[in-house]
Amino acid sequence: MHIFEFIRPTDPAAAIAAAAQSKTAQQGADVRFMGGGTTLIDLMKLNVETPDRVLDINRLSLDKIEDTADGGLKIGATVRNSDLANHPKVQKDYLVLSQAILNGASAQIRNMATVGGNLLQRTRCVYFRDTAMSCNKREPGSGCPAITGHNRTLAILGTSEHCIATNPSDMCVAMAALEATIHVQGSKGSRVVSFGDFHLLPGNTPHRETVLEPGDLITHVTLPPPVVGSKQLYLKLRDRASYEFALASAAVMLTIASGRITHARVALGGVGTKPWRSPEAETALAGKPANDATFRQAAEAALRNAKAQSENKFKIELARRCLTYALKMASMS
Amino acid sequence: MTETSTTSPIGRDTPRVDGPRKVTGLAQYTSDFLFPGMLYGVPVEATIANGKLLALDTVAAEKMPGVRAVFHRANIGRIFRSTPAPGFDRVCEERRPPFEDDVIQYYGQYIALAVADTFEAAKAAADAVRATYAKEKSNVEARLEAGHDPDVVFTTYGPVPREQSKRGDPEGAFASAPVKLDETYVTPAETHNPLELHATTAIWDGTMLTLYDSTQGVVNARSVLAQMFGLPKENVRVISKFLGSGFGGKLYPWTHVPLAAAAARQLGKPVKLVVSRKMMFQSVGHRARTQQRMRLGATREGKLVSLMHDYVYHMSMLGDYHEDCGEATPFHYSVPNLRASFGRARRNIGATADMRGPGAVPGLYATESAMNELADNLKMDPVQLRLLNEPRLDESNGLLFSSRHYVECLNVGAEKFGWAKRNPAIGSMKRDGLTLGWGMAGAAWIAGRFEAAANVQLRDDGTVRVACATQDIGTGTYTILAQLASEKTGVPLDNIEVELGDSALPDGPISGGSLATSSVIPAVFKAADQAIASLLIIAVTTPGSPFLGHKPDDLALEGGRIFVKAEGPGKGVPFGDLLRRANARLVTGSGSAEMTAFAPNPKFSKHSFGCHFVEVTWQAEIARLRVSRVVTVMDAGRILNPLTGRNQIQGAVVMGIGMALFEETIYDPQNGAPINSNLADYMVTVNADAPPIDVTFLDYPDKEINELGARGIGEIGLAGIAAAITDAVHHATGVRVRELPVRIENLLV
Ligand SMILES: Cc1cc2nc3c(=O)[nH]c(=O)nc-3n(C[C@H](O)[C@H](O)[C@H](O)COP(=O)(O)OP(=O)(O)OC[C@H]3O[C@@H](n4cnc5c(N)ncnc54)[C@H](O)[C@@H]3O)c2cc1C
Ligand code: SF4
Repeated sequence: MHIFEFIRPTDPAAAIAAAAQSKTAQQGADVRFMGGGTTLIDLMKLNVETPDRVLDINRLSLDKIEDTADGGLKIGATVRNSDLANHPKVQKDYLVLSQAILNGASAQIRNMATVGGNLLQRTRCVYFRDTAMSCNKREPGSGCPAITGHNRTLAILGTSEHCIATNPSDMCVAMAALEATIHVQGSKGSRVVSFGDFHLLPGNTPHRETVLEPGDLITHVTLPPPVVGSKQLYLKLRDRASYEFALASAAVMLTIASGRITHARVALGGVGTKPWRSPEAETALAGKPANDATFRQAAEAALRNAKAQSENKFKIELARRCLTYALKMASMS
Repeated sequence: MTETSTTSPIGRDTPRVDGPRKVTGLAQYTSDFLFPGMLYGVPVEATIANGKLLALDTVAAEKMPGVRAVFHRANIGRIFRSTPAPGFDRVCEERRPPFEDDVIQYYGQYIALAVADTFEAAKAAADAVRATYAKEKSNVEARLEAGHDPDVVFTTYGPVPREQSKRGDPEGAFASAPVKLDETYVTPAETHNPLELHATTAIWDGTMLTLYDSTQGVVNARSVLAQMFGLPKENVRVISKFLGSGFGGKLYPWTHVPLAAAAARQLGKPVKLVVSRKMMFQSVGHRARTQQRMRLGATREGKLVSLMHDYVYHMSMLGDYHEDCGEATPFHYSVPNLRASFGRARRNIGATADMRGPGAVPGLYATESAMNELADNLKMDPVQLRLLNEPRLDESNGLLFSSRHYVECLNVGAEKFGWAKRNPAIGSMKRDGLTLGWGMAGAAWIAGRFEAAANVQLRDDGTVRVACATQDIGTGTYTILAQLASEKTGVPLDNIEVELGDSALPDGPISGGSLATSSVIPAVFKAADQAIASLLIIAVTTPGSPFLGHKPDDLALEGGRIFVKAEGPGKGVPFGDLLRRANARLVTGSGSAEMTAFAPNPKFSKHSFGCHFVEVTWQAEIARLRVSRVVTVMDAGRILNPLTGRNQIQGAVVMGIGMALFEETIYDPQNGAPINSNLADYMVTVNADAPPIDVTFLDYPDKEINELGARGIGEIGLAGIAAAITDAVHHATGVRVRELPVRIENLLV
């Protein structure tokens, strides 16, 4: 582990000013914010992250969950994952988010993990996490051993010839379906980023994962007002019953009137290089009868552009089954 | 005065005597021990799997704050080789001492050691060491082909013929058999992964070396380390008080142990070395990958006529370890024509080693899977097929079994599970919208004793101390020794002190082969008898004793009281009173017993037996497979402590679910690294995967083993379970998976 300075600012402006000195907000950052530390400290121990300064943001009063004027929800960046999942309004109106979070990690980790940190958790690709290996995401241009190596758990959607790493977050999948908005405060002021624009595809710059620039502090996330009558479900498939990242997951929201789907939101997890909103599936669902044939067509549409690697072809069919079943169960709920 | 109990503690559910110490944190595991001036060592691992180390740049590391030294070939000092010895002495799987040469044979081989004032500083320094290699192509190929080995190979435990068992004409009988099965079964490399990391702290005092070491064998570790440092055995002491389990991976010392000792010698300070989770996958052993071809020939009625079990396993470039998949094959079923033979495939990997149920666990997965497939081909119930092929004696050597109740295991298991209700049609059984799969398999494991010595002290405060240089690796050995001493003396468990895990105590067995319990019984009993004999001499010779004038033979000790046999225990005297009257603090007795396992010319064939019945649930819509219910029946001799005994079997079944469905060490094709070397990517069973497990012990004493008829139970629970699960998977899904672990991708058809 690299020797670093640990700072606990109490004022957002000071934190932002300090972070703005980093040469990047992406891989290789020399200043890092710390929420729960469950991603950051892990990666520092592995020398994958080597910041000179770590800014603990837990004293910036970003830990509240509040109603917004339009009937939505404002979630502070340092709200713990468990607090968010167990919040009464989340359980009532944004059930898919609560379920997604509770399907992730372990109770202990969820008690530490923050919303901001979860938005920025890093891939579990084994080559990325081991500095003895080459990896385009960690060291641009060094190569991607996963493509010819161990890639069973890696992505089938949004990959490039430079990187096929999965975004592992469960929470983000639900937020993508819920069309959350991310609020960022930077050295040049504050701005909002829609969820779909926040994470980047790897392309030929896999080391750039989000739109964040040096100094950018996520202050909160907002959720739009709840969709009346929406049936929601998060389904996560994995090898063992608990404590494992998703091989495939689906966050679905359906509104059904007289047997027809009037509103549909779909996102997939465990299969994309970013949290994978599927407009293709949503289009296939909109206005159609809520039945098995429709659900299967939506799943086909969602996976139409999937590209398998040597070990993960099964994830295409697994993701199809996951989405089909999630839609079916949601429609019956 | 001491309270005494008159009822025997043997065979009763007995909570662990060390339980309170464990749950309050008082129990000290190896890495919990701290010493004044102690330094921390962190090894540097090779990042190639084959080639030469050309140069090491340690300059930056040495300059880092808190760093005391960076050791490598040039400055570590002399470490000698540990050489093989007959029997179970001086065993170690990687005999090349650390840093002996510059040849890299596997990824993660230690090439240097950073030592610093803190663990963090040592880790930072180790990370800062730069190595230059001449890298060669490494071979970690998963498909195995036997290498060119002589007919008899030298293994960790001595020479073994590659055709390990043969009778009749297996090839001919197979060729003419009316019903045939010819399939190959593969088990992956598995990593032991006990929760406690391997740890060692070395302390020198002149030419005396003390090692606090996470070992399953303090006596063996002492012999190995004494030879490596050119010391008389009595100059080395090895201590292992509590172990966070080992599963066989901690039986014998690995290279980090002499490294810590050598560094401590060079620096004149205690050095602690705890290996990382990643190193646990590289340099401290693993279960070999195996590829086993099974050929079974049978009559149409299901009588076996031929069985051929020809297997290959992988092994390191340096090791001798033999993964004995054919261990149970020759005696398990009645078959006139049989062959078990093996070949070996060398790979650029760390050493293979014993892992819970070594040999028999992968071996029985193959043989029991083949039996299930044969039953399928015969359209016969798999339990019936086994009953039909029950042997009268061990057909490999003509010996009678000392105690075999396999048929009863099968019948009891089938009854408890409700096997009669099984509809053999694939996917035909349903519950709550899930498809059920039912499968079963048999199990077997070795029985016998290692050499063991112990001593027992009776003390003037009415307490007892029993001591043996064996260890409690989490299985309940402290409790067993307390029960044994209580049985002999009548002193309740609360007043018995048990000392284990220290090579300064009388030589005890390794905690391996499930043989520790059976081995210590005669030693502890003889020691207790000797201590009691001394006590009775005191009784008849001490002035003022009520027993003056009697002969020792007239007296007995029961319930903690000495009495005249003819008068009965009613008028007895607590032994503590007598010792105080004699002004004796204590009397000590010593006892020992010889090794009977693996001995030449046995009179009986000695094994434990058992079976598993398993239910899985399968939800094809989302490819979700779970084990939902297990019934296990064990014929494992007399069970001394059913409470901890059940725990051993249940734990083994949970591990077996991992073997069947999750566990696999994967080697990176390009650089040979075990690539999933952490507990997120190497999956083991979690609590949510563990179903209700119903364990029954038949509890027949096997008096050929020892006076109590107790065999061992640490490993047999893992034998056969993977075959039962894959059979249940087939019953539910129609898919036969012959390469473990069963994964979702195998079932998405
Ligand atoms: C063993 C294990 C199992 C896990 N299993 C799962 C799982 O099944 N599913 C799942 O979804 N997740 C899983 N996780 C991941 C877990 O959800 C994340 O580690 C966690 O959400 C990260 O939150 P944190 O607050 O601890 O982040 P930190 O480690 O504190 O931060 C992560 C990153 O975000 C940055 N950051 C944090 N807050 C801000 C902010 N406000 N503004 C800008 N940047 C910020 C940090 O600089 C850092 O780069 C697992 C983790 C572990 C260790
Ligand atoms: S998939 Fe991406 S993260 Fe993994 S090795 Fe390739 S470049 Fe690195």
